[in-house]
Amino acid sequence: MKLLVTFYDKGTNPIIAKAVMDTGVLINVERAVINSSEGEALVDVPDDACHIVGEALKRLGADVRIVENGVSRDLNRCVSCGACISICPKEVFSFDDDWMIVTDEKKCILCGRCVLACPHQALTISY
Amino acid sequence: MHKSIDLINQRLQDGTAKIVTADQMPAIVEELGEEGALAEVDVVTTGTFGAMCSSGGFLNFGHAEPPIKMERIWLNDVEGYGGLAAVDTYIGATMQSETRGERYGGAHVIEDFINKRPVELRAQSKGSDCYPRRSITTELTIDDLNQAIMVNPRNAYQRYDAATNTSNTLLYTYMGTLLPNTGNISYSGAGTLNPICNDPNFRLIGSGVPLFLGGAQGMVVGEGTQHSSSSGFGTLMTTGDMKDMSSDFIRAAIMHRYGPTLYVGIGIPLPVLDIDVVRATAVRDEDIMISIRDYGVPSRNRPAVRKVSYAELKSGSVELNGEEIRTSSLSSYRNALAVARKLKDWLDQGQMTLSLPTRYIDTARISRPMRETKRVTLVSEIMDTRVIMVKEDEEIQLAAKKLLKGEANHLPVQNNEGCLVGIVTTFDISKAVVHPERKLKVKDVMTRNVITTEANEPIDIAAQKLEHHHISALPVVDAKGCCIALLHASDLGRLITSHGGNQ
Repeated sequence: MKLLVTFYDKGTNPIIAKAVMDTGVLINVERAVINSSEGEALVDVPDDACHIVGEALKRLGADVRIVENGVSRDLNRCVSCGACISICPKEVFSFDDDWMIVTDEKKCILCGRCVLACPHQALTISY
Repeated sequence: MHKSIDLINQRLQDGTAKIVTADQMPAIVEELGEEGALAEVDVVTTGTFGAMCSSGGFLNFGHAEPPIKMERIWLNDVEGYGGLAAVDTYIGATMQSETRGERYGGAHVIEDFINKRPVELRAQSKGSDCYPRRSITTELTIDDLNQAIMVNPRNAYQRYDAATNTSNTLLYTYMGTLLPNTGNISYSGAGTLNPICNDPNFRLIGSGVPLFLGGAQGMVVGEGTQHSSSSGFGTLMTTGDMKDMSSDFIRAAIMHRYGPTLYVGIGIPLPVLDIDVVRATAVRDEDIMISIRDYGVPSRNRPAVRKVSYAELKSGSVELNGEEIRTSSLSSYRNALAVARKLKDWLDQGQMTLSLPTRYIDTARISRPMRETKRVTLVSEIMDTRVIMVKEDEEIQLAAKKLLKGEANHLPVQNNEGCLVGIVTTFDISKAVVHPERKLKVKDVMTRNVITTEANEPIDIAAQKLEHHHISALPVVDAKGCCIALLHASDLGRLITSHGGNQ
């Protein structure tokens, strides 16, 4: 399961590392953006440890949200061209046997590259 | 054996004609042989569905009271052509909205009309004795128009070269998003289903031949603009009634930072007259070769990286320099199949009669580049050669002095050999002063990945680099990598504004 962690310092406080030490759960940082006043990290956590890692991060001062589904596709707009396939760093998109686009949202890391690349504005990132 | 067009039409009328989609033809020929396939199959339907920028439609609004000769015309704030007196216009797919920019364009106006949504017409005129009215604003749906005739100057490209990007910059092009460092390949076209690929000698496709256009029955006008049949890049001019079209097969689209375009579904039924038609329609994806071109080179002559077949592109990845590079299609093969199948349905139901061209398309045409009578302005003509430089091992105080003395914002940084190795700005120096930890030398604060230009580069390409990277100056380097001048955004801005209209 993926958690979106937002923290409001310069990244000097190693809260993700602390959360790992506090809980003993190994987590994978899939994407992180940190600037001068706040930061955001998308972390992948084993499903059964999601709650305790979330609580640990909250105790360390971060906002934590569970990312239910990453990218979503408007089937009325999508024409199954495939413009999204090669630009996705996580291979979320592929063709099925009938040349229809299928998505594996669980792999999505919310980078948003496909949202700009879709010629038909069929993709949105929601979390 | 030869089958006449009349015989095939008779079978279509009787409901006895055998119709297949073009993707099935290779297997049929393999199984039955060429003679067997000729005896078995009467019509092959083709299809393609992709971005066809050179598309649009003629609209007639009917006369207003009092009447107006429209000279400037907007539909939902997208300008249409105003030189067709009095209440006609041509709306082109790629024209952008004056209020919504690249998010809405002529393609969207066309899709809105086809979906029977209301569209605001606004027009102006200088007024005349016969057409006294000066302006008009009204809301119209496609049912209010006398005619809405799609006429697309350049459609259904026989094939289209694929795109990649060897530069280190992310590019947004009409070929979609191209990742830096050959990160992906994008292509367009239906390969084995493509109409012209199934009739490369234009024996069947020509003026007056019926086709599927956007869900309506239309026809081939003739060769399209930029038609280059002798090099395997034929195009078609097509027409059809927008009132009969469906947004299943006409879709507005936006290529990020390029603008609006129109996805068009086109299919042409090909009567199987003789063995030559059988051979041509047995074309496979493996047989259709194109080049992968490097869009990292901002020139008309984009270098070809390698040749590739549609079969390889459709497999999902292509090998380039020992690496598997993933591919993306911009056109929809799924919808191309839907076009070919819909066309087959029409024929199965006897809704369409086939015909041979009333005028044949030239098979020896070659498209030439533009003859330019005015030389483009080069970087060398506006660059600033009084450039002050600094060495990488010098202290930042010296850089600060040089910036102050030269009243400059940018200092190119050289190594001992005189090569450009970085650039420092007043911002970099200020930052170093505020955060002084161990930053003493120029090389500690400089930007190392410098975006550069060359003296013989056209200024528009330099302008694109400045805009893309949000920077305000480009060091001009020579062949040895030495900085010989600076190009300032301000000088470029003055020149481009003075020429007018240059974005």
